[in-house]
Formats: sequence, structure tokens, C-alpha cells
Amino acid sequence: MKLATASILAVAALVGSAAHAQQINVKLGVLNDMSSLYADIGGAGSVAAAKLAVEDFNPAAHNMKVEIISADHQNKPDVGANIARQWADVDHVDAVVDVPTSSVALAVADVVKEKNKVFLVSGAAISDLTGTKCSPNTVHWTYDTWMLANGTGKALVKTGGDTWFFITADYAFGHALERDTTAVVLANGGKVLGSVNAPLNTPDFSSFLLQAQASKAKIIGLANAGGDTDNAIKQGAEFGIAAGGQHFAGLLVFINDVEALGLKTAQGLTLTETWYWDMTDANRAWTKRWQVLRPGKFPAMTIAGVYSSVLHYLKAVAALKSAADGKAVVAKMKEMPTDDPLFGKGVIRADGRKIHPAYLFEVKKPEESKYPGDDYKLRATIPADEAFRPLKDDKCPMLTSN
Amino acid sequence: MFEIFGIPSQALFGQLLLGLINGSFYALLSLGLAVIFGMLNIINFTHGAQYMMGAFAAYLLLQYVGLNYWAALIIVPIIVGATGILIERLFLQHLRGLDPLYGLILTFGLALVIEGLFRNYYGSSGLPYSVPPQLQGGHNLGFMFLPNYRAWVIAFSLVVCFATWFAIERTRLGSYLRAATENPALVRAFGINVPRMITVTYGFGVGLAALAGVMAAPIYNVSPQMGSDLIIVVFAVVVIGGMGSILGAIITGFVLGIVEGLTKVFFPEASNTVIFVIMVIVLLVRPAGMFGRSV
Amino acid sequence: MEHVADPQVVQQWRETAWSVRVAFVAMVALLAIAPFVFYPVFLMQALCFALFACAFNLLIGYVGLVSFGHALYFGWASYLCAYAAKSWHLSPELALVTGTATAAILGIIAGWVAIRRQGIYFAMITLALAQMMYFFALRAPFTGGEDGIQSVPRGRLFGVIDLSSEMTMYAFVLIVVLAAFLFIYRIINSPFGEVLKAIRENEQRTVSLGYKTERYKLVAFVLSATFAGLAGSLKALVFQLASLTDVHWTMSGDVVLMTLVGGLGTVFGPVVGAFLIVAMQNYLAQFGQWVLVIQGAIFVVCVLAFRRGIVGELASRLGVQL
Repeated sequence: MKLATASILAVAALVGSAAHAQQINVKLGVLNDMSSLYADIGGAGSVAAAKLAVEDFNPAAHNMKVEIISADHQNKPDVGANIARQWADVDHVDAVVDVPTSSVALAVADVVKEKNKVFLVSGAAISDLTGTKCSPNTVHWTYDTWMLANGTGKALVKTGGDTWFFITADYAFGHALERDTTAVVLANGGKVLGSVNAPLNTPDFSSFLLQAQASKAKIIGLANAGGDTDNAIKQGAEFGIAAGGQHFAGLLVFINDVEALGLKTAQGLTLTETWYWDMTDANRAWTKRWQVLRPGKFPAMTIAGVYSSVLHYLKAVAALKSAADGKAVVAKMKEMPTDDPLFGKGVIRADGRKIHPAYLFEVKKPEESKYPGDDYKLRATIPADEAFRPLKDDKCPMLTSN
Repeated sequence: MFEIFGIPSQALFGQLLLGLINGSFYALLSLGLAVIFGMLNIINFTHGAQYMMGAFAAYLLLQYVGLNYWAALIIVPIIVGATGILIERLFLQHLRGLDPLYGLILTFGLALVIEGLFRNYYGSSGLPYSVPPQLQGGHNLGFMFLPNYRAWVIAFSLVVCFATWFAIERTRLGSYLRAATENPALVRAFGINVPRMITVTYGFGVGLAALAGVMAAPIYNVSPQMGSDLIIVVFAVVVIGGMGSILGAIITGFVLGIVEGLTKVFFPEASNTVIFVIMVIVLLVRPAGMFGRSV
Repeated sequence: MEHVADPQVVQQWRETAWSVRVAFVAMVALLAIAPFVFYPVFLMQALCFALFACAFNLLIGYVGLVSFGHALYFGWASYLCAYAAKSWHLSPELALVTGTATAAILGIIAGWVAIRRQGIYFAMITLALAQMMYFFALRAPFTGGEDGIQSVPRGRLFGVIDLSSEMTMYAFVLIVVLAAFLFIYRIINSPFGEVLKAIRENEQRTVSLGYKTERYKLVAFVLSATFAGLAGSLKALVFQLASLTDVHWTMSGDVVLMTLVGGLGTVFGPVVGAFLIVAMQNYLAQFGQWVLVIQGAIFVVCVLAFRRGIVGELASRLGVQL
């Protein structure tokens, strides 16, 4: 009798564990800046977006269980790489998500490749992630520096902004932005009248603005980010830049910067983004859901990118029925065309670059804005096949070795 | 117009004027630090955070109570100065007899706490605060466009600096303060409440920092980290001027603002290190700073 | 140095307080089994910072000089070691030597400038020098600026032992750190160390006894910088990354915190403090916003109520030397 019960229990356990063994466990790690400069374009907002993606994917229907953890990389490459390594070794995380700040993204990409996990980059801009530093484990979503330079630079030159003066943050990223945009401006027939290197995190731009004014360039390109851009724009308003007929071109500006500056100060600023919350009904509906988790804020394009990339990743894992092999999952992601309510239909190229259209926006005047968050008007659309750097210019080692 | 070293003199005068404006902030902030160190022998690392609190208080007053910039100029230094008095009573008074470096470490810790708390609540993107309507716009001086607000900054800082210097060096209350620093026991024997004077002086120094914060709010980004990078530069200014000298702090603040401004024109990449280089040179040549008393 | 007499190693061991011997044996035992229980990379990080804190403690605990710019030596050694390993393809022990030598040279230059002044001016000069070198690191091309020097190879120790395995690397780091720890202990408990302690107690009196205190202070400063550099070089190899964080003034603040919490002027205080703070930073990474607040609060509490630090309090309660 006892033996029968034991054997029934044993068989039941076996059958049960076999059924359980089919359930796929996936762990996502959202790694970004939770507390400082880039907290608003990622931070808890990205975690919320990832949660929405998991909800919409409906893991139970695919016999999957998805867990989300998050951490703050404090914009430091060593902290970010550390966390990624620990996540891979100890916490069994399958995919690292978001990671703004290019220096951190580069370090994390290395770790992810070494541990054969998946890297879904949304927050970082550096185009090397699909160029000289490309990897079979990296997928670069939302935007990159090439697209920003091309979008803002080309579109502005073609619409009359053909003389430029750069105020550049004096570090690698700022120089990269200036270099890329200069190339685009010159290639489209514009002229660069001068530039000045401002130390990173300068509180006072008055001196550099004075030089920009003296140059009489039509466009003042801000090759910087975060607080530097905000400061430059705020002080530019004070010194009457707009009144003098010059326009600022923000080479890395998000909706949160515009909200922080206020429309009175930021009006007329041109910038390029790949997603705006108020552009389609689907975007608006999603934003409302997101705002339940993050009241009072507006999602930047990088946050929408987190939603989109996580959703596509989960679909690929479901198709493969496993999340274990990072390279295989990324290959599957490239094989399957993307489709989601925010970015619509698209594709991921061989170098890991997600392709979608880009939009040149101009910040509205205060009187043109009808409700909170109504900040942009569309000036131009750059179709998907022109928005990103062509494959042949990538210098991606993965592609050339094929 | 004529050129100096390849820069048209117009641009140069413009940059000099801008340097003077920055110098006003350096002067105000180093004045507060000099008062606190000179009178109390406390190195107040929290100064940067208190400057930030001043800017935030101005923003909050406008946002929630509807008080404008002019009211903030008066109210904010009092409020933040009161928090300073609290800090002195709660923490600093226990460190009276100890090595001043303990005071430095404690105030450093307080600065981290304050900055961390503000970051948690307000994030890092910065908050908008506009120039008061009475001071908007500017005048075209020919060699540059000078916003009215910036002219106001120079004028007001000069007034505040001069008033503080006068109060400490030329009034009776100031003389009590200076005496109490030299010889607290003797001064107490004369019946003067020394601990209370020290507390109030600390509060006053903090109030000066907050005042600088209010003045910075319309032109610099109001964010939790606005004080932390500035404070190290201000320390350098105070050390160059001489830790105990009020006049030294004021003059050095303005002069270094101008020097930094000129560096931004001729060698912009070095503009955030030039003050440190000067500090090292000065300390090698004149150990107590340009105007300081010897340590 | 005027005094040359050198006790034998055996006699040194006999003269060492029994509590220190017991604590040392316990420490080695714990560290030997630790990698089988805890994540080795975390332990290696803590060990590097423990060495950094011990080096800092040499200056603040035994000479009484507070340097607010120690990140200068830690960070620049880290950069040079990383650069040597990556671009010059040096084997790890040579890369370590490169980094440490860099720190020593910087220590000589900085020390020569800073030692002339005391107290707060000394602290300010060290801070200013560190800030200048931070801005230089930000712009110098070889440091990689914001990106830092990434993908630093760990290489093969002496050309033979492959360090890419975490456990092998841990063993290497542990040996180096323990050796340095013992060296520092030897410095503290030597005639030279006694002079340093005398300078901390009363410099005037020490001068009147005929010691050239400036020279002693400079040597201590350079030693402190050199060991800080060794710690930085090790760290570059462990994490295979050298970045701006290592030269930023917050790193200088961190080492002050670790030493203060652990116990100024104690032998084991810096080690305890380093492990504690590194653990706290790792644990609190999830609550990113609170790290700053908590670290600041610890500073305040330590200065007000806890000046002897953990090990200092423990030693005084138990009545032993630690």
C-alpha cells in the first residue's frame, strides 16, 4: 500500500516537474540612472515601461514567467559593468535593458557579450554600438548619435539653417556629436563658422554664448547633453539669442528637458526624436497607461524604446522556447519583423540596429500649447531607410568577417 | 575696434563684464565661508548645499506660496539661516574643541545628506525659475548685450559684501565677534553670550549662501547638484584670499571671476582648472593666502 | 633615517600584541574561505579598497595629515596600469609595477608641494591637486575620457598563470593585499613609525628633539600614495576597467569614510571599514537614491559619536590593541 502511494506520488511528481520544466523563466534587468542626470529619460519610468511590455505580452499564455529587477548605474561605467557582471553570474539575468550614458553602455556591452546574455539598449546614444563595437548580443533600439546628427543637421540645413556655430561639451561624447553633425552640415552645403569647447558641467555659458552671438551663425548647435544643454538654452534666452535671429539646435534633447525649461525659454528649439507621446492615438493611449505608474511625467522616446524592445525580445524567446543562448535570441529578433503599438512595423538589421523613421520637431511657443505636455510641432519626417547610418558605413567587425 | 591678442576688444570687455558677474557669486559665497571660518574656525562644507537650498526655497516659495523674487530675497536667507542655526545647535557645537578637520568631515556628510534628499524628491533635471519681470530684458552696450538681471547681480552683491564687511570690521557688534574669536573666555567674562553669538554668526554665513542661491535661481539651473561642484571652487577662492579675511574673500572672489572669464576667452578648456592652479601657486608663495592672517 | 637598528622578524612577531596576531590569523582564515561563500568579484573589490584605506590610514591615522585628494594616486595608477596592460601588452605584474610607480612619482610631486603646509591648508592643496588631475584625466585622450579604458586584459601572471578565472585572480589579489598589509604594519611598528606617531602627537616637540619632520612626513606621504597606487592598479586588473570615477573627489571622500568608520589609527580598522562600505554600496545600488544620504549620515554619526570607528571602539572596549 505504502509502495503504491509512494509510486503514485513519484509519478505525479515526475509528471508535474516535466510540465513545470516546460515553463520558461526569463529575468530582465533594467539598468539605468535612477538618481541623477538621466533619471528622467529612464529611471523608474523605464521599469514601468518594461512592466507594461510584460503585461501586454501575457507570459502565462506562452507558458513563461517573466521577472523584472532594476539597478542604478549612477552613470559610471565601472558600477554598470559590475552590476551587469553580478546579474549574469549570480542573479541569472537573461537580458540587460535600457542603459543610458554611452560610456556605461560600452562597458556593459562587453560584459553581456562575454556572458552570452542579451543587451537591449534604448537609452544610450553612441553609434559605435552598431559600428566598431557591434556585437551579436546587442540590439540598439530608439536612437543613436548618427541619427541625431543626420536628422537635426541635414533637416536644418535644408530648411535654411546653413551657417552653424557649435558650443561643445569638452569631452569625448560632445566632440563626437560635434564631429558627426559637422560632417552632415558640410555634406549638405552648410558652413561651420566656428566652435568653442565648454568644460563639462559648466554652470555659466554666458561667455560662450557671447562668442556664438558674435559669430552671427544662424544656428547654434549644442553638442552637449543634460544640464549643460538646459543651462545653455536658459541663459541663451536671457541674452536674447532668439531675438537676435539665431536658433538653438539641441543635438541631444528630450521632452523632459523641454518640460524643465518651460516653453517660454525653450520655444523655437529644434530637435530630432523617434517617438513623441502625442503623435498617434496609440501613443496617447499607452502614455495614459504609463502615467498611472508615473503620474505627472511624460515619457521620453527612450522609455517607449524600452517597452518596444522588451516586447520584441519576449516574442523571440517565446518562439525559441528558451532564453538561455543570448546570441540565438538576438538572431531570432533580427529574423522576426517588429510590430508594436508605439513604433509600428520595423526591422532589426544585421548589425543590431533597429530601424524606424525619425522626426524633426520644433518646440512650440507657449501660446501654441493647449495642454500639459503639448510641447512639439512636427517639422519634417525622415523615412526609416534614410534615418540611420547605412550598413556599409558601419565598420562593424561582425559584418565584414561574414 | 582694436584687437588684443587676436580677440576684438569688444568681445574682451564683454567677457570681462561676464567675469565680474561670476565673480559676484564667488564673492558672496566665499564671504559666507570666510565669515564662518574666520569667526568660528569651522570649515563649512555644507555651504554648497545651503546655496542650493536657497535656490530651491525661492522656487518653492514661488510655486506654493506665490511669493515673488523680491520677497524671496528677504525671506529665504532667514529660513535657510534658521536651518543653519539648527545645524549649529545640533551638530557643530559638539565639535568646538576638536580639530577643525572633524568639522569639515561632518559638514561634508551633511552636504551629502541634503543633496541626496533633494535629489530623491526633485530628480536631477532642474526646475524652472524665471527672471523677475522688473529685471527682464537688457541694454545693448555696444560691445555686448547686457541683461538687466546680470547688472543687478553685480550691484546687489557689491552692496551686500560691503555691508557685511562694514558690519564686521567697523561696528561694535562686529568687534565683539572678532574679540570672541581671539579669546572667547575673556569676552565671556565681560558678560557677552559667546555661544549665542557663534550660533547666530553661523546662521548669518548660511544666510549669505542662501542669498547667493536666490540670486542664482533665475540664471543658473536650479538642481540638487548645483552646489556641489561650485563649492570646491569657492573653497579655492577662500584659501587664495586668506581664510580669516573678510575683505580678502570679497576682493579675491571678484578678481578670480574676472581671471576665469578671461581664461574662457583665451583658453576655454582650462577655465575650470585655472583657479586651482592659482591656489597652489599662492599657497606656495604666501602660505596664509593673499590677505590672510597666519595660521 | 637616523635610526637604522632593525629588530629581527621573529622578535617583531613576539613583540606584536597578541590581539593583533589573533586578529590577523582570523582575517586570513576568513578571507581564504570567503570566495567559496561570497561572490569573488565583490570580495576582490573590497580587498582593493581595503588596501586603499590602509594606505590612507598611514597618513591620517599615524601622521595626522588629512589628504582630501587621495583619489589622485588611486585613479592615475589605475589608468596607467590599464594602459600598460592594454596598449603596451605588459603582463599583469609589470602593469602593476607601472601603475604603482606612477602613483609614487605623483606622490613625490604632490607631497613636495603639500607638505609645507599643515592642517586645513594641507587638505585644501591635496584637494586642489586632485581636482586639477581630474580635469586633466577628463580631457587627456589616453584615458578615454568618460568611457575610461575598457576591456583591460588580465593577462598571464609572469607569463604563465592565466588570471581570467575569478578564483585564480582572487588568490593573486589576496596575496598582494596581504603582503602590502604586512608591509604597512611593519612601517607603523618600526622606529620610523614611532617618529611619525610622535609628529602626530606634537610636531614642535619632535622638531626640538632633532628630527627633520618635513622629511619624515614626505616619506610617509609618498608611501601612502604608493600603496594607494598599488590598490588602484589591482582594481584596474580586477574590473578590467579604469574610469573617471577613480579620480573623482567622491572617491577621495569614500576612502575618508571607510577609514573613519573602520577606525583611524587602528591596524584592522581600514579593512573592516572598506568591506563595510563596499558591501553597503553594492547592497544599496538597488535604492540608488539613498546611497548618498546614508553615506552622509554615517559621516555625521561617526564624527559626533563614533570617532574611534568600529575597530577602535572594539579595541577600547576589550582593552586590547587592534
